[in-house]
Amino acid sequence: MLSDAFTKASTMFSTYAPIYPELFVVLAAFVLLMWGVYNRYPAGLSISIVAVGVLVGAMFLIARQPSVAQELFNGAFVDDGFARFMKILTLAGAALAILLSLDYMRRERILHFEYPVLILLATAGMMLTISANDLISLYLALELQSLALYVLAAFHRDQLRSTEAGLKYFILGILSSGLLLYGASLVYGYTGATNFARIAEVVQVSGASVGLVFGLVFILAGLAFKLAAVPFHMWTPDVYEGAPTPVTAFFATAAKMSAMAMLIRVVLTAFPDATQQWQQIIIAISVGSMALGAFAAIGQTNIKRLLGYSSIGHVGYALVGLAAAVPGGAAADGVSAVLIYLAIYLAMTAGAFACVLAMRNGRTTYSESISDLAGVSKEQPLFAFLFAMLLFSLAGIPPLAGFFAKLYVFSAAVQSQLYWLAIVGVVLSVISAYYYLRIVKVMYFDEKGETFQPIAPSVKITLGITAAFTLLFFLYPSPLKLAADAASRTFF
Amino acid sequence: MKEWPILTTLMLLPVIGALLLAVLRGTDAAALKNARWIALWTTVVTFALSLILLNDFDHANPGFQFVEHRPWLSDTITYYVGVDGLSLPFVILTTFLMPLTILASWNSITVRVKEYMIAFLILEALMIGVFCALDLVLFYLFFEGGLIPMFIIIGVWGGPRRVYASFKFFLYTLLGSLFMLIAILVMYGMAGTTEIPALLKYDFPVNVQAWLWFAFLASFAVKLPMWPVHTWLPDAHVEAPTAGSVVLAAILLKMGGYGFIRFSLPMFPDASVQFAPLMLTLGVAAIIYTSLVAFAQKDMKKLIAYSSVAHMGFVTIGVFSGTEQGVQGAVFQMISHGIVSGALFLAVGVVYDRMHTREIAAYGGLADRMPIYAFFFMVFTMANVGLPGTSGFVGEFLTLMGTFEANTVAAFFACFGLILSAVYALTLYRKMIFGKLEKPSLATIKDMSPREIGIMAPLLILTIVLGFYPKPVLDMTSGSVKAMIEPYQKELQAKADTGAAAKSFAELENRR
Repeated sequence: MLSDAFTKASTMFSTYAPIYPELFVVLAAFVLLMWGVYNRYPAGLSISIVAVGVLVGAMFLIARQPSVAQELFNGAFVDDGFARFMKILTLAGAALAILLSLDYMRRERILHFEYPVLILLATAGMMLTISANDLISLYLALELQSLALYVLAAFHRDQLRSTEAGLKYFILGILSSGLLLYGASLVYGYTGATNFARIAEVVQVSGASVGLVFGLVFILAGLAFKLAAVPFHMWTPDVYEGAPTPVTAFFATAAKMSAMAMLIRVVLTAFPDATQQWQQIIIAISVGSMALGAFAAIGQTNIKRLLGYSSIGHVGYALVGLAAAVPGGAAADGVSAVLIYLAIYLAMTAGAFACVLAMRNGRTTYSESISDLAGVSKEQPLFAFLFAMLLFSLAGIPPLAGFFAKLYVFSAAVQSQLYWLAIVGVVLSVISAYYYLRIVKVMYFDEKGETFQPIAPSVKITLGITAAFTLLFFLYPSPLKLAADAASRTFF
Repeated sequence: MKEWPILTTLMLLPVIGALLLAVLRGTDAAALKNARWIALWTTVVTFALSLILLNDFDHANPGFQFVEHRPWLSDTITYYVGVDGLSLPFVILTTFLMPLTILASWNSITVRVKEYMIAFLILEALMIGVFCALDLVLFYLFFEGGLIPMFIIIGVWGGPRRVYASFKFFLYTLLGSLFMLIAILVMYGMAGTTEIPALLKYDFPVNVQAWLWFAFLASFAVKLPMWPVHTWLPDAHVEAPTAGSVVLAAILLKMGGYGFIRFSLPMFPDASVQFAPLMLTLGVAAIIYTSLVAFAQKDMKKLIAYSSVAHMGFVTIGVFSGTEQGVQGAVFQMISHGIVSGALFLAVGVVYDRMHTREIAAYGGLADRMPIYAFFFMVFTMANVGLPGTSGFVGEFLTLMGTFEANTVAAFFACFGLILSAVYALTLYRKMIFGKLEKPSLATIKDMSPREIGIMAPLLILTIVLGFYPKPVLDMTSGSVKAMIEPYQKELQAKADTGAAAKSFAELENRR
């Protein structure tokens, strides 16, 4: 009797095995929340450290998943190779963001226990969006992610900049959610389905009608907003500048991973027979993002703002790979290129934000002005060297990792005969190289200005990991390539 | 026994030296001295190793030797290195010049010595890599990776307008190379491999060849540099520290010419034949125009920089004459120019270290107080002019001979380059060395120190020896050069045949 119930329970549990990592993160978030609430003393620091452990644990859970695609909840949730790859990237981004925040939040006196809990909840939302295989689950997961992110942007609640960033992000964010929802309802109206696979079937049979394309455009607009791609990027510089720096790092890394994953999954699984339609939109978004990232960052003096524009540009480059991921073109290689790009982008960006956090010029004051980096190479040669390498990598100069990222996306574009897109991309990347070089110039060529305080250990660790990855990637690039190739075969 | 990976060792040695320097602590005089000695020893050992390479090299074999092949990016993009008769001279030139450049910076670099030496050692590793790479992606990686250390060298230790010069150098070269990257990716898509030996055998469709050829041209023309995309060079040269100018003129520029011979000619023979007249025109334009510009310069370094562009014009016409003498001459000219222009920049450095000005007008009558300097400077000036008995003559003579065979008009105009180079080089020499020593600032100037003589002497010996006995270099390069121009010659022959056939057909028609 008892054993029967036990078996029944265990089969019920194992049915939900694909979603264990998400459940683990959510449960951990609740437990940590309780810990924070019922603790008499501020426990922000210990909870943050435990949260990093939770994220790393979730990575292990994902790595242990069987390497087959599994569906749950009538196909609303899917766990496949692509999802696992993207979830690991997201978790890595979240873990690095918490690591980066330890010292900063303590100095700013905002290391509240809610912070790691919100990050965990946002991360759970991101993981669910990555696995979402249905318009409804996509929307729900996206809202879980976004609501946590809005609060995080405004986390420095006594600071006008931060609250303004949060409010701006919230208002524009719900607008984009509305767009997405409107698009989803149109797609449902014209196909009668919310499940991606079902939508694909209907599109295959009856073709892409005008109404459906309208829906597709609205969905893409909503997703482009989350991705901060042109022309839905307007919020990015302000929010990136206003939000606390570790939160900005979280936006620029983990949040981009999940948004890109959503975009890839929607276009490749729900609209494989509307390639023509989405490809031209992706190309337009991509060119616009690359161009804006290249030109708008030139005049920036605030490093967070500059990195905001730079991230817009990098989204554009990653989208070149997606634009090439069409049957008859680069197909799986295109997706693989995007995945490699995202992984390398994650490391470079997390490293760059670690460098921003290293620019502490007082006990609690952080500099965000590029000119304050003047001559830093004399006082802190190692820091300057690593920052310079990260910047060269962001500019795509070999032999650093950023070069390989660009190599793969341009290779995919060439394979899909998108020659002009590749040429536009390289020309814009030369232009964007200018502003990365400008920071190197300030650090190396200019005379010594401000002296920064010693770098916090947690920031050092983050910088060390990411810079080592960026610098030494060229020695052993094949594991990432193989993993990305395996993940991208999900769709083709 | 598995063969010892000598080329990889050659590239790793400078990196190891750089790492050693990186962990070196302290900023006092002793630490600076250590940094200099570590750098010097690293480069000397690298040079010694390259001599072993030279010794073991089989001259009779026109193919690639000391080949190493390892998986890297994927099955088709691999770590693949090797040298043949075309690349070996450049490798030796690099390793030979590096100790001299380190010595040349011995006293003139006083700030951030450690970083300076690290930048040079990394640059050396990358330059060796460029000439050894047998995979296009690997080649590209080394080719463009060199931008980072050079950017830092110009920007940190350069002259007053260093920021402008370093940015111009970096962005100019980057834009050119990125077009080559796209071309590499297209070639990869077509041939399914980026291995150079395989691509040398691959026939690219005629209509694609022209595009690929232009994309490679964009990169190499900037690097060489060819008129009219040479404008970054005078700025970079003038602002760079002496050793930086030496490396730039002697080795970095040669990557362009090397690329033309290694890629453009054999991989895109059809396009090369088609656009050879364009290249000859540009080459001749460079020779005449930049020689005239050089004559008008008031800054010594700028004058030599423009003379470099003119000499690279000879390389362009030599390569695109497509004849054996022409290409051999181009290779020899590059080696010779590497030695001579390097020496000239060092010679400028000698007086610059004393007077801290590069204005030609600030000097005059140096022969009075600096006889040894006057002697060295004279030999290198003569070599720059292309006087028989110096290495400069051999290269220019061979290129002109080869060009004459292919295109008489181009050769005719290129010959003016010889006269014009005599005009500007001898004028420079006269203004600086001859006349009365009237300027009070020069009254106490000292002649060359033993260190400076030690740097210049090997260059001088090589200039003379190669001038009288160029055979070793020519022997080394001839087999590989023949292999590189073979597709071009075939294409030319085919064109001539079809032309002749068309002609005889037309005659037949007429007779009817």
